[in-house]
Amino acid sequence: MAGPGVTPFGTGVQRFGDRGARFLRLDFVLLLATLGLIVFSLVTLGSATSDNYFVTHQAGYASVGLALMFVLAFFDYSRLRELKWGLYGTMIGLILLVLVAGTATRGSRRRIDLPFFGFQPSEFGKILLVLALSAFAIEFMRRRSEREITARVILLAIIPAMLVMAQPDLGTSIVYVAIGLAVLFIIGVSWRQFAGLAAIVGVAAMLALVVAPAIGLPVLKGYQQDRLTAFLHKDDVDPRSQGYQLNQSVTAIGSGQKTGRGPEGATQTQLDFLPESHTDFIFAVVGEQYGFVGAGLVLTLYALLIWRALRILTISKNLFGAIVAGAITAMLMTQVFVNAGGNVGIMPITGIPLPLLSYGGSSVIVTLIALGLLQSIYVQARETAASKREVLA
Amino acid sequence: MYLPGDDRRLVVTPQLALRVAIMGGIALALFAVIFFRLWFLQVLSGDRYLAEANDNRVREVKVEAPRGEIVDRNGRVMVDNRTALAVQMAPDRLPTDPAVKAALYARLARVLNMGPRTIDARVSKATKELPFSPVTIKTDVGLDAVLYLQENQSRFPGIQVERVFLRKYPLGELGAHLFGTIGEITQNELKQARYAGVALGNRVGKSGVEYEYDRYLRGTDGASRIQVDAIGRPKGELSIKRSTPGENLRLSVDLAVQKAGQQALGSYGLPGAFVALDPRNGEVLGLGSNPSFDPNVFTKPVSNETYRRLTSEDNESPLTNRAIQGLYPTGSTFKLVTTVATMESGLLTPNTIICDPGSFTLGGITFRNAEGAAYGCINVTRALQVSDDVFYYKLGVQADNKGGDIMQKWARKLGIGSEVGIDLPGEMGGHVPTPAWRNRLYKEKKTDRPWSGGDAVNLATGQGDLQSNPLQMAIAYAAVANGGRVVTPHLGQRVEDAKGRTLQRVQPGPQREVEISPTTRNTIMKALHLATQGDGTSAKVFENFPVSVAGKTGTAVRPGQGDQAWYVAMAPYPNPQIVVATTVERGGYGADTAAPVAKRILQAYLGYKGRRAAALRRRG
Repeated sequence: MAGPGVTPFGTGVQRFGDRGARFLRLDFVLLLATLGLIVFSLVTLGSATSDNYFVTHQAGYASVGLALMFVLAFFDYSRLRELKWGLYGTMIGLILLVLVAGTATRGSRRRIDLPFFGFQPSEFGKILLVLALSAFAIEFMRRRSEREITARVILLAIIPAMLVMAQPDLGTSIVYVAIGLAVLFIIGVSWRQFAGLAAIVGVAAMLALVVAPAIGLPVLKGYQQDRLTAFLHKDDVDPRSQGYQLNQSVTAIGSGQKTGRGPEGATQTQLDFLPESHTDFIFAVVGEQYGFVGAGLVLTLYALLIWRALRILTISKNLFGAIVAGAITAMLMTQVFVNAGGNVGIMPITGIPLPLLSYGGSSVIVTLIALGLLQSIYVQARETAASKREVLA
Repeated sequence: MYLPGDDRRLVVTPQLALRVAIMGGIALALFAVIFFRLWFLQVLSGDRYLAEANDNRVREVKVEAPRGEIVDRNGRVMVDNRTALAVQMAPDRLPTDPAVKAALYARLARVLNMGPRTIDARVSKATKELPFSPVTIKTDVGLDAVLYLQENQSRFPGIQVERVFLRKYPLGELGAHLFGTIGEITQNELKQARYAGVALGNRVGKSGVEYEYDRYLRGTDGASRIQVDAIGRPKGELSIKRSTPGENLRLSVDLAVQKAGQQALGSYGLPGAFVALDPRNGEVLGLGSNPSFDPNVFTKPVSNETYRRLTSEDNESPLTNRAIQGLYPTGSTFKLVTTVATMESGLLTPNTIICDPGSFTLGGITFRNAEGAAYGCINVTRALQVSDDVFYYKLGVQADNKGGDIMQKWARKLGIGSEVGIDLPGEMGGHVPTPAWRNRLYKEKKTDRPWSGGDAVNLATGQGDLQSNPLQMAIAYAAVANGGRVVTPHLGQRVEDAKGRTLQRVQPGPQREVEISPTTRNTIMKALHLATQGDGTSAKVFENFPVSVAGKTGTAVRPGQGDQAWYVAMAPYPNPQIVVATTVERGGYGADTAAPVAKRILQAYLGYKGRRAAALRRRG
């Protein structure tokens, strides 16, 4: 390590090393999985869509996202802890803004149209919530009782979740709740608290799904209910119904068999039987075109991401990093499982993008920011360890 | 709470390790679930889903087979096809929102110039029967409407245009009752063996030879397998199975004879019918009924109003084929049967003299000759020549008194009173009254009196309860003319391919032999020839006719309406090659209306220029 020095911010153990040496501290398994998924996304989009629009745009988003990822990787995430109010406020503000000024797509207000890009605040909200919630959790731990911590963390997660649900975007609000639960889980809230939470969630779900509609106050919109129950009745022949979409998705995946039908032979995709093939159902496209081998490879790449995220959690130099890593793990896991599970017909379709694979600027960039944060936690941990060794030596 | 509320350093306690392990375990479990699901879908059930995906994209489109042509005995085309454009709708692409659907129907109705409610009715009816196949909304749509629909495809989701074959009857009302009609096959017909291999939506023969020979005429539809995208747009043909056009059918009908008969009959504006056949083999040369109809009407969906008009009795039910479905007393044309019956049972010889004082009284009722004539004491030849009624009244009573229902038995033997088995659907058998029949009715209190001598008097002269039609009369006369063979009349001659080569000869039905002695035959033939000569009943009609004719008039009394005219002609005498039976409802004397029709038909058959007539004379 050349040149002693103290960073102008952060923990003070970080060094201005030569650039090459710092680059080598990245988690390369994580990076490889990241790049692998991006390549998969571009190849799949290229064959699933007829013009180059989606591929070029996705490549642009990925470039921006990768740049942000590398910047974040060499930036000490720990400083973000102090910005918790700003992060949380920005998130709430953006979500409120979209409710007021957003562009509606198929009855749902999720986007704010910018010149090159449909900005989706609820996507950016995910990472803002991860950071703010982790920071708040640490602060609560100093002076609050366990029950108070649980209540406050859940409240802070529920508020944006409800606002996003109002867009309506059921899928993203599920991710927000998962982030909140992960934070509680990592800071070590007792099992008893989780049991209590589960009971409350159960009662709330009963109220929302059974009691409220019965007394004439539907909480979920009709199509949301359809989506949640569609995977239970797939034989619907109406092309606009959720059951039909699911059926086409399962057919597409199944028809891929072991090695896939190739981009040309994938009739479900090429002839538009598969709806939303570039976003919600891209996993089905992979399944049809590249078969069990391709879909398995994609899942393996996600498994690598999750594995590295959990590993980064354990080596984090501080508690904040660990909580952030845990929350990001939960965020990715929820998205992968709900999206892929929906595509293979074992989960309701909720419109959650598949991280990095689904087409969409906000989703890709936010996912890469989250991975950048993981890299940052990793880099920081290694540098801390290195400087320790240096001190000991 | 196992972590300090501090953020300096992370200490991985066993509890944290456990929780990370749990997260890892959950992740592993979730991945495993998706992996196994993928394994199940792709590896274990992949074949099934591949088949499903192929089902998705492949649509079978029917390639309609044109029906075979129908030609006359000389090869003149009488029925063929034309191509037309049909607008169809794929019901699975119909908007579900009722308002959107109604708007689509309204738009379509304007383009196709029809009522939106008609469209709605057609679509809902067809989708109920066969939910996924295209519904024909309108056949024979003009090119401008089709082009408009194709240019504005986005505004007409699910609308497609297909080329279809429409049956064409270029002769219009000519031969309509022979050819019959076609229409879409019904659910009930689909279950019948004769329609094996026909799919719903196909058109099949519904009446006439279109029905009788449907098996040959209809052909086999082909199928084109095309690849379609999710909204049903074709993306290329995968394979095609060509359609096999229907085979052509050659009828024994002579178009000139048919035309002459229908024109002559139509000139009176009265209901009636004619049959012309070859007595040697039963080939039908012409068969018609008046009023007629245009079978082209049935090539497209028929409105209820049209159908009512074609079946209404106020319009004389144009769809009824009176030649085979009429149920009429035949008047004096029946005297042929009475003559055969009494001669063959020994009651009558050529020399038997019966006296006619002008009237005949039986049981207090007096029967008279027509127009008050009295012919004195005459033999059967004279009686037939002038159609002496009193002669036959007396003969009828004698026959009745002899017992054994000889008139009735002979009537049936000669083909009267039951279906003769012509290759046309819907034939009506008619009725020959017997003492047993009337006495049974009387016992059941369905009639006011039992059988009496008066019934025999009526039957002997073709009046009263007798019900027959021109076809049966033609068969009976043919049997006498050919010396005792009761032929089965038939229209179908042979099934041919497109080049006119014979694929199959139509086997005519069996001929039945009856014992008619040459004396009987010759006596009758001579008498009927004399009827066209001198003071014979139809002498005026056949004055200067180039060929010798034998013929019998008939005037049937029908309660509630005018007398019905009948005529049966046989030419050339003495060895006829054509028998013509004609009848005109409310036509008065047979010689006035029915005989001229028969004459016109004979003229057409023999050739107007007399070429055939000259040849026949030379040979004769």
